[in-house]
Amino acid sequence: MTNSKPEAQNRKQAQTSNDPILQTCFTKPVLSFGHSNLFRVSTFGFWILVCYILFAPASAFAHIQNGAAAGFLTGFVHPISGLDHVLAMVAVGLWGAQLGAPAIWVLPVAFPLVMAMGGMLGLIGVPVPGIEYGIAASAILLGAAVLFEVGASLVVTALLVGIFAIFHGHAHGTELPPGQNALLYSMGFVIATGCLHALGIGIGAVHRWTWGQKLLRAAGAVVAVGGVFFMWKALA
Amino acid sequence: MKFRSQSPLLTCVTVALAVALCAAPAQAHLNSTGMGPIYDGLLHFLMSPEDLVPALALALLAGLRGADYGRRAAFTLPATWLAGSLFGLTAAATAESAVLSSLWFLLLGVLVIADAKLSLSAMTALAALLGFVHGYLNGTGMGQSRFAVVAVLGLTSGVFVLIVLAAALVAQLRAHWARIAVRVAGSWIAASGLLMLGWSFRGS
Repeated sequence: MTNSKPEAQNRKQAQTSNDPILQTCFTKPVLSFGHSNLFRVSTFGFWILVCYILFAPASAFAHIQNGAAAGFLTGFVHPISGLDHVLAMVAVGLWGAQLGAPAIWVLPVAFPLVMAMGGMLGLIGVPVPGIEYGIAASAILLGAAVLFEVGASLVVTALLVGIFAIFHGHAHGTELPPGQNALLYSMGFVIATGCLHALGIGIGAVHRWTWGQKLLRAAGAVVAVGGVFFMWKALA
Repeated sequence: MKFRSQSPLLTCVTVALAVALCAAPAQAHLNSTGMGPIYDGLLHFLMSPEDLVPALALALLAGLRGADYGRRAAFTLPATWLAGSLFGLTAAATAESAVLSSLWFLLLGVLVIADAKLSLSAMTALAALLGFVHGYLNGTGMGQSRFAVVAVLGLTSGVFVLIVLAAALVAQLRAHWARIAVRVAGSWIAASGLLMLGWSFRGS
């Protein structure tokens, strides 16, 4: 149970380090009350709190905000239930994984923000023409980028992904069923989209192997073909 | 002795699942838990994302900046939340909070994304403002409850526990990817705020 040896090593390393954060964390207790150190129980307590918050609302039925739990679930399920959105989001993660740092985390940070801007445009009544074409084009181009391992600069990559995010946000972010909580719907929608990016990044972890690179390119081809299908449907 | 060899993560997940599955049906607004106003206030906070998420975002921001910031936020936010709530209890009318909450989501989310290098005094001011504004909004909503003052104490306790746990968890993160994950969470918070702002303008 004891881990005094690694902790002693960390403490010694911290004392000789120039990093102020390291020194602060290992040379004095972060939140000490008497002899206890909340730092040591924080991970345990935090995850209990997170799990409680995640699970408990399912059995909550009398909060003043009616439809709260349903709002979150509807928002969470909405992007997952649309294959066009799923393909494009996973492709963003795949492309980020191929490009490596910093794109691997800039894209998942930028996308939800720009997507929300697209959603906001829709909510305040600003029309964006050709949304269905834009969504289909996003799957085609992102799939092609993964297929051919296109190595664009970070600015170009972020711009391209950002433009597509506006279409996805405008199309999907505004479809709140009546009677449900708008904030929780929005949170569910954004979190599900982020999870799809994470899925893409997770799959993209195979990029380190030669066979994995081929697999990713094949996945890009599948996304592009899916995009062609959706474009054909949009044109029909 | 076999228990000792289990990983801490597995233990955490097991206990968390047990706690979650044992949760009694929660009737989250005031006067509905049946366990007294302290728990009513606590659950009101935990079941109100417009209060919970900005407090969490502030905890993430403070945690990213380090232990000193975490300590300062852990005491400033609940103290001002309590003061704001008590002040709000005296208000005659319930204040509108949707747009304000959305702006807090947006501001704090963007600061977390940017891993903003705020000074300690700026962080203190931010925590104080957030605590007072949200406390006031909470207080105005509780004004008609008989045990509102006690409920406010429960609510403030919830704020304290959340910010202590979350800030301490983030402050100890060393891995680059883990800090990036916190900033991604900031982008989710900001994006939710933007969408919520749109809903507010539209009048959902």
